Amino acid sequence: MSVFYILLVFSVVAAIIAVETKNLLSSIICVGAIGVGNSIMFLFLKAPDIAITQIVVEVLGLIILIRATISRDLTFITGEREFFGTVVSVVVIFIIFLAGIKVFETLPAFGTPIFVKLPEVAAQTYIAKGLAETGAANIVAAVILDYRGYDTLGEATVLFTSIIGATVILRKKAKKLLDATDE
Amino acid sequence: MKGNNTMQKGETSNGVEGMTVIVKTIASWVKVLIFLFGINIVLFGHLTPGGGFAGGVILASSYVLLMLAFGRKFAEKNLSLPLTSKLDCFGAFLFALIAILGFAFGGVFFVNYLVKYSMPLRLISAGTIPLSNIAIGLKVGASLFLVILSLSIFRLDASNKEKE
Repeated sequence: MSVFYILLVFSVVAAIIAVETKNLLSSIICVGAIGVGNSIMFLFLKAPDIAITQIVVEVLGLIILIRATISRDLTFITGEREFFGTVVSVVVIFIIFLAGIKVFETLPAFGTPIFVKLPEVAAQTYIAKGLAETGAANIVAAVILDYRGYDTLGEATVLFTSIIGATVILRKKAKKLLDATDE
Repeated sequence: MKGNNTMQKGETSNGVEGMTVIVKTIASWVKVLIFLFGINIVLFGHLTPGGGFAGGVILASSYVLLMLAFGRKFAEKNLSLPLTSKLDCFGAFLFALIAILGFAFGGVFFVNYLVKYSMPLRLISAGTIPLSNIAIGLKVGASLFLVILSLSIFRLDASNKEKE
């Protein structure tokens, strides 16, 4: 249990450094450290699918961010921070934190099954008959690709559409730049 | 790629040419391992944790390593921009085709119509789940590499002169 507190303190310290530092590169690396801390926490909470996805997307996002910032001339954050904006954000986050504490008090202990009072609910069917009906040992893959495959189709469509939108916007400028430098 | 002494503050030397000899040597060994690991995560998605999405991101990151270490032009010769977008569309189309064939063979959209031909807990098992994983892995990998390649083609610095 104490490993969670260590990782939590690590993530919080990395987040504070990411906000407070003036060097852009250090800020990005601290964002990456938050992602690594979260991924290890997922691993200890027995969710390996989420841990794999978190660490891989974190690394790729970090690469994109670093490429986007190193090529700028200005690698230091200048300008002051607004006082009113900061106060409002801190107050809102604190209220949400208090509400979160109230919600987390009602959750059962970690590891206890929460649907035993309702044996006919869908989650019990997935766990009981998942291997026999689909033949997949990974229940997460069986749920997202067989029982709830329609949701995965929607998610794949969203990813596809956003990539098409980004590429269309970037290709116009890229074509213009490529033509300009090839002349 | 000789020594480039005309760099201003913040400008990098790895725009088009790539990085130094040490990075190139190590990257040429490591990228194959990363690619193979990504294929493992995608193919065994129904037995071990992972699946199509995480495996596809790992496949894309092997090509991103190629692009960062050797330069954008080398990576474009290896896997050009039109081919990447065609692979992306093919992956999405394959996923939709599997769903529609479920409607044709099973009567219900997206039903797992191949599961009765397989024994559980093998590599070839669980019906359409590994096929869906392959399609999603192809799609996600090609999409992410497409975005990073397009972002790298279009990258202006503050003086708006060059394109890398």
